Amino acid sequence: MDDQAVLRTTPLHALHISLGAKMVPFAGYDMPVQYPLGVMKEHLHTRAAAGLFDVSHMGQVIVKAKSGEYADAALALEKLVPVDIRGLKEGRQRYGFFTDENGGILDDLMITNRGDHLLVVVNAACKDQDVAHMMANLTGCDVTLLEDRALIALQGPRAQAVLAELWAGVSAMKFMDVREVPLHDVPCIISRSGYSGEDGFEISVPEAHAVDVANALLEHPDCEAIGLGARDSLRLEAGLCLYGNDIDTTTSPIEASLEWALQKARKAGGDREGGFPGADRILGELANGTTRRRVGLKPEGKAPVRSHAKLFADAEGQTELGEVTSGTFGPSVEGPVAMGYLPVSHTGAGTTVYAEVRGKFLPMTVAALPFITPTYKR
Amino acid sequence: MLKFTAEHEWLKLEGDVATVGITQHAADQLGDLVFVELPEVGAELVKDGNAATVESVKAASDVYSPLDGEVTEINQAIVDDPSLVNSDPQAAAWFFKLKLKNVSDVDALMDEAAYKDLIG
Repeated sequence: MDDQAVLRTTPLHALHISLGAKMVPFAGYDMPVQYPLGVMKEHLHTRAAAGLFDVSHMGQVIVKAKSGEYADAALALEKLVPVDIRGLKEGRQRYGFFTDENGGILDDLMITNRGDHLLVVVNAACKDQDVAHMMANLTGCDVTLLEDRALIALQGPRAQAVLAELWAGVSAMKFMDVREVPLHDVPCIISRSGYSGEDGFEISVPEAHAVDVANALLEHPDCEAIGLGARDSLRLEAGLCLYGNDIDTTTSPIEASLEWALQKARKAGGDREGGFPGADRILGELANGTTRRRVGLKPEGKAPVRSHAKLFADAEGQTELGEVTSGTFGPSVEGPVAMGYLPVSHTGAGTTVYAEVRGKFLPMTVAALPFITPTYKR
Repeated sequence: MLKFTAEHEWLKLEGDVATVGITQHAADQLGDLVFVELPEVGAELVKDGNAATVESVKAASDVYSPLDGEVTEINQAIVDDPSLVNSDPQAAAWFFKLKLKNVSDVDALMDEAAYKDLIG
């Protein structure tokens, strides 16, 4: 129990316990992996109705230029992130990643233009390192980790209807919009985004009111609490990367098939071409390609193929190609799903490769991502 | 005669053949199962060696052989529908039948009362 003693808790911890959650350590926090509903039903419920996830362990960080100008904060962050932040409109959010000098990925993050500052959301396991990285490199900016706010994700086709009970204006929001709105007189910051492949929201709530807001959402008959287990199978079906599994410092954004996240302004010939760590490699790979790419993988049989399973060109395990980085059973796909890295010679949809699982070589087919059809409200 | 192991398997002995499965407690702990791999008929299993694999959405887990013996029959129904292990682990969702090398080895396993004490 010594490990338990040092685990941090989120403002919703007592609520998870009262709902009967099975708690596990995750990124230094005691987090709900599943509730009595179970991973399978939680996953399917999220795709059919609405799921509420506690993601308060993630880091919410304010980046504000000392000048008070948004542009100064945006241009400072662009030195660490290869996406167009200067061109992001007020009340809009964008996906990005911190790169290192070798063109690897230090973390992935969501970036919002909040008018006179940036709100950045980073992974729990990386947040201390990310904050230190920003403090050291964002000259002329104040970097503040918000320790007093919870983050609640509400995902699924009924998410809008559930949230509309607290704020009727929600229907006007589009995918990646961000609004500051009072929910039951509590000032919340709501983004229309998430990590499930479904329409949905992430709601930043002052810590003291987190339980009230969560309970108000859970009161809706369509809304169930969902644990980290289903969060992982939902994001994998949606083809979304998990930092530390699918992307890390050994993978470049282009190898990771994340080139869609780089806007024109930061690419060759753009207004603010390059100027981020590892730009030579990343822009070089955009122009000339890479030797390997992240792809979707669909096991042909029923056995899930988990992360770190080795991938081979042949059923005898002679020619190793790469490895699986995420793999599970996809409840909505009704079969196993995975992602991994393969040489570009083997990334064509329909290519068969073989994964080593318990001494056997199981056929997998390279498949387009995502495995489900996302329902983002564009 | 019903016996249990500390690895959360149950055995029902008829003559020298034991029907083996996992306990309700084990099924509850594993959560929704999505995949079951069973040994082949004729396989020689050794006590505490790998006998089968079960997978939930989250993870794979091994099922160990409770005793030495030869697999005489497997339950294809749980391969076809792994959720049966969650719904009826101690009856319909048996895993395999084992012709025991030494029937007297069964005596060393736990009875139901001892197993209930173990899982609290």
